[in-house]
Amino acid sequence: MTTEQIKTVAPKPAPVWQHRHILDIDDFSREEIELVFNTTQAMKEVLSRPIKRVPALRGKTLITLFYEASTRTRLSFELAAKNLGADAASLSATASSVTKGESLIDTVSTLEALGADIVVMRHPHSGAPDIVTRYVEASIINAGDGWHAHPTQALLDLYTIQEHKSTLKGLKAVIIGDILHSRVARSNIWGMTTMGMDVTLCGPPTLLPDEMGEQNHHLPPTNIEHNIERALDGADAVMTLRLQLERQQSGLLPSIREYVQLYQLTEARLKLAKPDALVLHPGPVNEEIEIAPAIVHGPQSVINEQVANGVAVRMALLYILAGSQKP
Amino acid sequence: MSKKIIMTQEDIKRTLARIAHEIIERNKVVENLILVGIHTRGVPLAHRLAANIEDFAGVKIPVGTLDISLYRDDLSSLELQPTVKNTDIPVNVDGKSIVLVDDVLYTGRSIRAAMDALTDMGRPHLIQLAVLIDRGHREIPIRADYVGKNMPSSRHEDIQVKLQESDGVDEVAITPTPTAEEG
Repeated sequence: MTTEQIKTVAPKPAPVWQHRHILDIDDFSREEIELVFNTTQAMKEVLSRPIKRVPALRGKTLITLFYEASTRTRLSFELAAKNLGADAASLSATASSVTKGESLIDTVSTLEALGADIVVMRHPHSGAPDIVTRYVEASIINAGDGWHAHPTQALLDLYTIQEHKSTLKGLKAVIIGDILHSRVARSNIWGMTTMGMDVTLCGPPTLLPDEMGEQNHHLPPTNIEHNIERALDGADAVMTLRLQLERQQSGLLPSIREYVQLYQLTEARLKLAKPDALVLHPGPVNEEIEIAPAIVHGPQSVINEQVANGVAVRMALLYILAGSQKP
Repeated sequence: MSKKIIMTQEDIKRTLARIAHEIIERNKVVENLILVGIHTRGVPLAHRLAANIEDFAGVKIPVGTLDISLYRDDLSSLELQPTVKNTDIPVNVDGKSIVLVDDVLYTGRSIRAAMDALTDMGRPHLIQLAVLIDRGHREIPIRADYVGKNMPSSRHEDIQVKLQESDGVDEVAITPTPTAEEG
């Protein structure tokens, strides 16, 4: 081959997407997140059609495996798979051989033997999806593991903010509530930081230890503010987290009433944020505890949009993931 | 390994004018037409054909864009990331005469995918196909209704359509591509 011949072979650009599994977004690049956003936009167009179904994933099988309760995440994954022409089936740990003592890895191997190309799993233990990836060929999507990560929730939160604000860079986000036990918060902190947002965390010191804001705590640096009024000042996006009521029993909260007084997102407090600030909540909402009902159903709330975007974002992720699987 | 120009800017302009005339001639009710360009280069071609039809027949017809990524049958064998572009059909397709527009007709699989996409959106009265180049090598029974230029080619040759809108220049070129064995 002459040198002239070599020149005619164009170098192939390196693919943007680098993941076989989606375990967290702490290792997602900005370009990967933007690929998800762009693909989500195309999926929203599909969802706007009279027939909300395309054959892109025909022949693929997705199985959801949930060891914890879920409404939105599980349903939206199943709908997303069906909208793309894939087959979707689901397994609840409580109604399966898991109750007879079948291990997690055996369970996932069984799902794979049944033909699963993608397994969407939720597990109470942090790191469970990561361990599973060492034993199976199927792509694993983490739909929430312990306190660790909930990457698809963070991506749909980011997409929802981006849809309203057109860019994420430079926006001020405030996450309020039980940050310590929140996988939604952790994944959002990573995603928001990667996209150039300024992140402030707010909550009582028992649920938000100061070291969470420091870089060495398996998280990028953020601002910690225990006072909700100061935290909300000038915010572009406000995310409240569900207060798990069992936290009071474990002694981390003196009383729910005190939490409501100090940390509920009220209409008066929301006025301290920018007038066009968005209010997000990953659901399910404890109205009158972490957030006032008037805000949940008010004009600044994008909580229902988050749910709707959840289907489109998950379609995008399934499509990208299937496209990068080996035939 | 030389590149050979098979259509110049002037050739492309004349060809699109001829195809626009043929579309008008074949479709008596021009008002019922929609042109749908397949991403990437079918889109500017559809807009140019629409401009020609407006010049020749005085009728402004809607132009839509179609991305067929979600209808392809080779998702797993794609080497690069599948990037889905914007699909936008501005009017309801029910009862309309649709002219699909693409730059090169090759295996026919893209057109099969495009027809699946269109029929998912409604029930068009008819679908026709206009292409700038037909290079042969069909793998499914599809033919074009309007062909700019028939260009019998070898599978080892690469036909590149460049357009002002996407590439800054109007030309069609053919180059031999070195195969893996040669390299």
